[in-house]
Amino acid sequence: MARLTDPTPDRTPDRTPDRTPDRTPGPRTADLPVASVRAHSRAFGRHQVLRSIDLDIAPGEFVALLGRSGCGKSTLLRSLARLDKVPAGEVEIRGRSAVAFQEPRLLPWRRVRDNVALALLNTSERGDRLARAEATLHEVGLDDKLDAWPLELSGGQAQRVSLARALVSNPSLLLLDEPFSALDALTRIEMHQLVIELWRRHSMAVLIVTHDVDEALALADRVAVLDHGRLAHTWTVGPRRDDRAPSNPEIARIRTEILGALGVRPTPPRAQHDTQTHTDQGAA
Amino acid sequence: MLPMTTTFSGSSGPVVAGAPPGASLPAKRRDPRDPRGSRRPARRHPAHLLRRWVSPIALVGLWELASRTGVLEQKTLAAPSTVFAKAVDLARDGTLGSATLVSVERVALGFVIGASIGLALAVVAGLSRAGEDAIDPPMQMLRTLPHFGLIPLFIIWMGIGEAPKLALIAMGVAFPLYLNTLAGIRGVDRKAVEAARSMNLTWPQRLRHVILPGALPQTLVGLRQSLGIAWLSLIVAETVGADDGLGYMINIAREFLQTDTIVVGLAVYSLLGLATDAVVRYLEKRALAWRV
Repeated sequence: MARLTDPTPDRTPDRTPDRTPDRTPGPRTADLPVASVRAHSRAFGRHQVLRSIDLDIAPGEFVALLGRSGCGKSTLLRSLARLDKVPAGEVEIRGRSAVAFQEPRLLPWRRVRDNVALALLNTSERGDRLARAEATLHEVGLDDKLDAWPLELSGGQAQRVSLARALVSNPSLLLLDEPFSALDALTRIEMHQLVIELWRRHSMAVLIVTHDVDEALALADRVAVLDHGRLAHTWTVGPRRDDRAPSNPEIARIRTEILGALGVRPTPPRAQHDTQTHTDQGAA
Repeated sequence: MLPMTTTFSGSSGPVVAGAPPGASLPAKRRDPRDPRGSRRPARRHPAHLLRRWVSPIALVGLWELASRTGVLEQKTLAAPSTVFAKAVDLARDGTLGSATLVSVERVALGFVIGASIGLALAVVAGLSRAGEDAIDPPMQMLRTLPHFGLIPLFIIWMGIGEAPKLALIAMGVAFPLYLNTLAGIRGVDRKAVEAARSMNLTWPQRLRHVILPGALPQTLVGLRQSLGIAWLSLIVAETVGADDGLGYMINIAREFLQTDTIVVGLAVYSLLGLATDAVVRYLEKRALAWRV
């Protein structure tokens, strides 16, 4: 099991995690973490946003980072994405990371295919870029939108393009910053299925930042709760993804605990979205 | 309209020279499929188009009639038919062609100089805080100067040759392009730039693929404005004094009360202005096809 804190910081730095193509999804303990966060603190002015965060993400692990707005979860994601300058040694990423943001952030003047290919600008030739972009757009189910302009897309389609753009570079760590919070409920369920599908097919680790407990429980191997800049609690979600209905006693228990950690009195779960089956109960 | 999920903000309207910073005119093109805009049909009926030609043609006819009956004297304003005949004459003996060529060259050179300066300053001011602090205050002060008022100074500094004319055109061109391009760069979605950064695009790559294309719509608005001002500056410069070009042709005609030649010159000026505007509109259509 991947650890929240790693007591042995001294390790050989040059080893890259090796990939076996026939791996099964889920955390693996044999490899070095794709992301290691050590005593990471950040402050904006006098406001302490992150307080000594320790977090490891194992190769292929799906981690959800939960928290109220303003708890610092997006700041932590920005540190991991290397979008902000971070003190040396506090955040280490092994391999490539890619981000999909809450808004798709597509370039409206580039066609869908070219938007995706842009992520490969520094890694391959133009022909290869376009071919890979098309292949990835095929994976997210947008074969018929290759030549569309971003403004022609629906919200869900645009977010799929954004996902394809993050995936096309074959990242070992995919960072998702509340990517589905602006989508309608049905589209969100479809996106959850898509993300799980993509995560199973590619061997990347995923960190999703969300404030939606049910989303976290539907997707993640491990759920961490960030509270006032501290990574206080972590849960391993044991049941298989097709067995995470709210009626599952273990899911119900974790859900109650997480809500408690977030300072919310537990309520009946809303529509649960699994990767394999839908249960309509609780949809209200 | 489909739900717009991309938060990229395109151009909001032209930034007007002489207006306070940030002031802009609504210049949003109406989406022909936008139901809110459906009060006016997207494409006019041919009969309606034809009807719109009736009053201009009638006015020209009235003008011709006034000239033929002697109400409008030749030395006041030549008849349309006379003007047309004169245009044919001037075109045949090469006067019109060479004069037009000189004027076009003049405006082109002045435009290139002014556009280079305006664009370069806008890019420097738009991309660095220090650049903006250094460039923007003087530009904001200078743009309030009516540039035609600088003609006496230009003549003192540069004489009455080609230089003051080019300076006048360049000055007229530089400001609208500077103001609009700077506004365009400022308006580029920072989140899109950040997304490019998360894809490990280098700074020059972000500039080429995100910032400059993002600023393009507003730059094109500036281009259109500056071309209009370029022609206006040319006419003023040539009227003040020129040894060749359309303005010279008009000035000579004035000496001899040849109103027909003057009207021919004016017509060529406006046709040239229309032509450049059509070119910019074509460029906009090509470059902004993504605004579905």
